[in-house]
Amino acid sequence: MPINSTDGYKEIPAGAMIPEPATALAYKTGAWRTGKKPQHDKEKCTNCLFCWLFCPDSAIVVKDAKIVGVNYDYCKGCGLCESECPVKGKAIKMVDEAVGAVCAK
Amino acid sequence: MKQDRVTLTGNDAGALALKQAMPDVVAVYPITPQTEMMHKFAEYVADGKTAAQFINAESEHSAMSACVGAAAAGVRTATATAGPGLALMWEVLYVAAALRYPIVMPVVSRALSGPINIHCDHSDSMGARDAGWVQIFSENSQEAYDNILQAFRIGEHPDVQLPVMVMLDGFILSHTMEVLNVLADEDASGFVGEYKPSKSLLDLKNPITVGALVLPDFYFECRWQQVEAMRRSFKVVESIGAEYGKVSGRTYGLLAPYKLEDAEVALVGLGSTMGTAKVAVDNLRAQGVKAGLLSIRCYRPFPAPQIKDALKKVGAIAVLDRSISYGLEGGPLFNEVRSAMFGAQNYMTNYIYGLGGRDVNPDELASAIRQTLDAAKGKAPQQLMNTIGLREAGGKPMCL
Repeated sequence: MPINSTDGYKEIPAGAMIPEPATALAYKTGAWRTGKKPQHDKEKCTNCLFCWLFCPDSAIVVKDAKIVGVNYDYCKGCGLCESECPVKGKAIKMVDEAVGAVCAK
Repeated sequence: MKQDRVTLTGNDAGALALKQAMPDVVAVYPITPQTEMMHKFAEYVADGKTAAQFINAESEHSAMSACVGAAAAGVRTATATAGPGLALMWEVLYVAAALRYPIVMPVVSRALSGPINIHCDHSDSMGARDAGWVQIFSENSQEAYDNILQAFRIGEHPDVQLPVMVMLDGFILSHTMEVLNVLADEDASGFVGEYKPSKSLLDLKNPITVGALVLPDFYFECRWQQVEAMRRSFKVVESIGAEYGKVSGRTYGLLAPYKLEDAEVALVGLGSTMGTAKVAVDNLRAQGVKAGLLSIRCYRPFPAPQIKDALKKVGAIAVLDRSISYGLEGGPLFNEVRSAMFGAQNYMTNYIYGLGGRDVNPDELASAIRQTLDAAKGKAPQQLMNTIGLREAGGKPMCL
C-alpha cells in the first residue's frame, strides 16, 4: 500500500493522487456483509454466467466458462446473484454467514 | 529582446499571451466581458496559429471541469471567464487547486449578480479567494499580458503546482485600447517553456488514480499540502517576475508601491484603479501632500509581512475595496490588510468604490486621501467603512 494510516502531509502524494493501480484490492469490502452470503450449488448451475455478469463487485469466480465459487473477500452480500439466477430453485442462494461454504479465490 | 509596440484591447492582449503560451487544451464558455478574448483565441485556432484543442463547453462549470480533466491527462490547459461565470465554476475551482493542476485563467473582473451587471468590480475573484488559486491582479493591459505569460511558469513550477488566475478589470482594461510591448512568439513561448507534468492519466505504464474520496482520516493532510504550496509560491512569483524582467525589461514582484517611501498617507488597492490613483497621488504631491500608494499585485498568496513592511511608516492608510463582504464591516481587502498590520498603530480606514463598474476619477480618490489624512490627524472623524460616490438621497446622477 502506498499510504500508511500514520502518514503525515509531507508523506502522502500531492493532490490525493493514488500513485499505483489496483489499490482497491487492498480494501476487503467483504467485511461489509451483514449476515448473509451467497452459496453456489454446482449441481444445479447451468453456467449461464448471469451471476458473474451482474455481480457489482466481480466477486463471482469463473474458470473455463464455469462458475467455481465466490470471492468472500469482496462480496458485499447484495444478493443480486441470487436475484438474477434463472435456475428454478436457484443455483446460487443467500444463506446465513455461519453456514460453511466453499471459498474460491 | 526585441518587442513589438502594438495597440490592443486587454482581451486581445490576453488572447495573444494565451496563444504564445501554447496551451494544449482550452475549454471555454463565453461571458461578457471575457467573450472577445476567447473569440480572438478561437480565431487563432481557426487560422491554425495555435495547436490548442478548443472545446466549446456548455457552461463554465463544464469548462473548468474539462480543464481539470485535460490537466489530469497531463497537458497544459487554460480557460477564461468573468463574474457569474467564475461563480458557476466555484465548485471546480477548489478541485483544480486540490488536484494541484496549473490551469491558467484570465478573469475579466465583473460584478456578480444581482442585480445583473456586466461591468467591473472584484466581487467575482473575491468570492474565489479561498479556493486555493494563486491570484494576480493587473493594473493595465501590459501587466495583463505579462502576468498571463508568467502565470504558466508560476503554476507549473514544481514548488507550486497550483492553478493561477490573472485578473484584468472588465471593460476598463478588456475593452479599451492601450499601447503595450509584446514579445515575439518564439521569445514568449521560450520563456513559458514546455510543460512537464510529473504524473498523467495518459501514462499507461504508470497508472494512477485521480480524484479519490478521502475520509476524515486524511482530508486535513491533503488540504495542508496546499497551504505549504501557497507558502512556497511567494518566492516563485518573485523569481519568475525577476526572470521575466530579464526577458522583457519589465520586472514584477508581489507588490507595486508608488511614492510610498516618504508618504504620510497612502491608498492600498488592486487593479486598474491603482493606475487612476497614481494621477491622484501626483496631483496631491504637487499640492504639497505627501501621498503615495501600494498596489497589491499578488493577492493570493497574501503577502502580509511585505505589506506591513511597506506601510509601516505611513501614518494614514486608506484601503480601497471594489467588492463588499456582506455582513463584514470593511471590504475583504481592508480586513486582510488590517490583519497584516496587526500590532501596528497606523490609522486605517476603508473605502468601498466602483461596484458594478461605477467609475472613479482622480479627484474622488484625492478627496478620499485628504479625508483619510484629516481623520488620522483627528480633524474630522470618518467611518470605518466609507464609500466613494454612493448616493444616499437626491444626489447627482451618474453618467454612463
